[in-house]
Amino acid sequence: MKKSYQIDVDCANCANLMEDAAKKTAGVKDCTVSFMTLKMKVEFEEGADPAAVMQEVRSNCKKVESDCEVFL
Amino acid sequence: MNRKQKNLLIRIVAAALFFVPLYLISEETVPVRLPKPVLFLLFLVPYLLVGHDILRKAFNGIRNRQVFDENFLMTVATVGAIVLGEYGEGVAVMLLYQIGELFQSYAVGRSRRNIAALMDIRPDYANIEAGESLEQVAPDEVAVGTVIVVQPGEKIPIDGVVEQGSSSLNTSALTGESRPRAVGAGDEVLSGSINMTSLLRIRTTKEFDESTASKILDLVENAASRKSRSENFISKFARHYTPIVCCAALALAVLPPLFIMATKIGAGRYATVGAVWSDWVLRACTFLVISCPCAVVISVPLSFFAGIGGASGQGILIKGSNYLETLSNVKVVAFDKTGTITKGNFAVTAVHHSPLDDEQILEYAALAECHSSHPISKSLQAAYGKRIDRRRAADVEEISGRGVVAKVDGRSVAVGNEKQMESLGVAYRPCRHVGTIVHVALDGKYCGHIVIADEVKENAAEAMRQLKRAGVEKAVMLTGDAESVAKKVAEEVGLTDYRAGLLPADKVACVEALLGDCAGSARLAFVGDGINDAPVLSRADIGIAMGALGSDAAIEAADVVLMDDDPLKIAKAIKISRKCLGIVRQNIVFAIGVKILCLLLAALGIADMWLAIAADVGVMILAVLNAIRCLFVKNL
Repeated sequence: MKKSYQIDVDCANCANLMEDAAKKTAGVKDCTVSFMTLKMKVEFEEGADPAAVMQEVRSNCKKVESDCEVFL
Repeated sequence: MNRKQKNLLIRIVAAALFFVPLYLISEETVPVRLPKPVLFLLFLVPYLLVGHDILRKAFNGIRNRQVFDENFLMTVATVGAIVLGEYGEGVAVMLLYQIGELFQSYAVGRSRRNIAALMDIRPDYANIEAGESLEQVAPDEVAVGTVIVVQPGEKIPIDGVVEQGSSSLNTSALTGESRPRAVGAGDEVLSGSINMTSLLRIRTTKEFDESTASKILDLVENAASRKSRSENFISKFARHYTPIVCCAALALAVLPPLFIMATKIGAGRYATVGAVWSDWVLRACTFLVISCPCAVVISVPLSFFAGIGGASGQGILIKGSNYLETLSNVKVVAFDKTGTITKGNFAVTAVHHSPLDDEQILEYAALAECHSSHPISKSLQAAYGKRIDRRRAADVEEISGRGVVAKVDGRSVAVGNEKQMESLGVAYRPCRHVGTIVHVALDGKYCGHIVIADEVKENAAEAMRQLKRAGVEKAVMLTGDAESVAKKVAEEVGLTDYRAGLLPADKVACVEALLGDCAGSARLAFVGDGINDAPVLSRADIGIAMGALGSDAAIEAADVVLMDDDPLKIAKAIKISRKCLGIVRQNIVFAIGVKILCLLLAALGIADMWLAIAADVGVMILAVLNAIRCLFVKNL
């Protein structure tokens, strides 16, 4: 399953860091962050609960870039 | 500017106003003497004012074990400089860094909005008649089959068919074509076009999500998530660059002083041991200032995004940065004939050897064929041009693979190919012209033939020349039609290479053979109308579907979608991609080159912190401005 989320982040490298952090989160199969459109596209693992996984993704992203936001 | 940016701007201005007089005092350009601790405390004011968020983020980064980010680097570099007594430089670096951040955020925000405006086809509402007045509802609440009202100046929110009214539509947001399109009752209209002259009532045929405007927006927004090799290269580069430079900085701070103290080589240049250390630590801090990768990282995706945005403004949808990159390497283009080079609508081009008027022959033929929906019958009827009274045709008999026999106004009419004439025993005259030949016999007597041919698009020949100029080395036409037809079309548009008589499966084989011929980085593009060539579109390195407006299958199968059917757009798409990739390459080489040069100069002690931060911010500003050039593709 794929879902797209609005994000907010200030710099392009920070967007890359967020992408890495999201990819490493359990339950995320793949993820791409576009700094230009401020969108995060997440592909979830089979049977993962997107809401719970996204909470985790959000907090992992906050760890690498305290200023960022993922709008759930 | 948003709130965040305004806030930063105010901080920068305030800090600068505070900083400049202080700096002049510390450099002893103004005759005011302040003791060092006072100076230090005073410098701390602008430093914290402009840089407190950086310090906080750096601290958070360390707490979360995410050490090597640019906040950390800036903090270490500036704190290092201040500890070494270089108050002015430390504060200035923080100030300039923040100016760079502000500029980047502003420039990116601006181009984001510019590109969004270019693709501003998202309808905000739909009007539904509720009694006397109009009610505005959200377009996604409108059910299929509802009648919506579109007033002049409004966007059509949902695809549909005109029920009532006639007007002209501006479809430039969809096709890049500025000529208005006239529509009347019964015409299909697409969402995203703007109603220009008068009120239209439209019966919707699709849901909002399935409508053209939504599909296009979805496609363009998703384009950014398919990253190109250049983008992946840059993010990989950034991942390694910063840690490497940090380690180098550490080595630079520690190793040379130890070496100097151990060997005493070059020690004469320093007054004390402390001076050795502070010189090299300062050089290391300069290193850290240069190690921020943001200038490089921002410019590449920005270039692609601007290129895709600019192209979509011209009616060329590119589904991802990776396709833009592939497109720039296209050296071989294979074309489908029908619908790509030719218009795909068969038209009567001539009537030969008729003892009667051309008009009359067409009339008989059209009437005899009036019950058939075959494209040939359609074009006969179109050529006749008048309303067809079906009652005039009787005893219509269709003979599969041959033609039609019928009684028209009591006379027996036979229409069909050579086989038809032979089976009826009519002596016919073969035709030298290329196309589909329809022979006509009246009461068993030969009455000449009608030539029906597909027309070549007006721009096709020019498109081939443009392609050559854009650097395409080989253009091949693939068609299922007969050799003679293919040859004539190829000559007309100036193509030397064509393959005729191909079945759909043969086209795939042909493309595969051509792919085998592509050497190195050369790529093959296939251009089709997307209707029955989906396998070929997906087999080619890059599939271009044209005239795809409103055809979901084509949009699905292709990598690049040309919204209208103008073949000139093929060359334009390639030119846009070349320009964009050129800019990407310039930015990569320029930004990385300047960084490496500055690192060398800093290691040698030639570049000080001023130069380092100027290079960092300067490179970023230039790279961003250069990237924005990708947006301007109209006159390519």
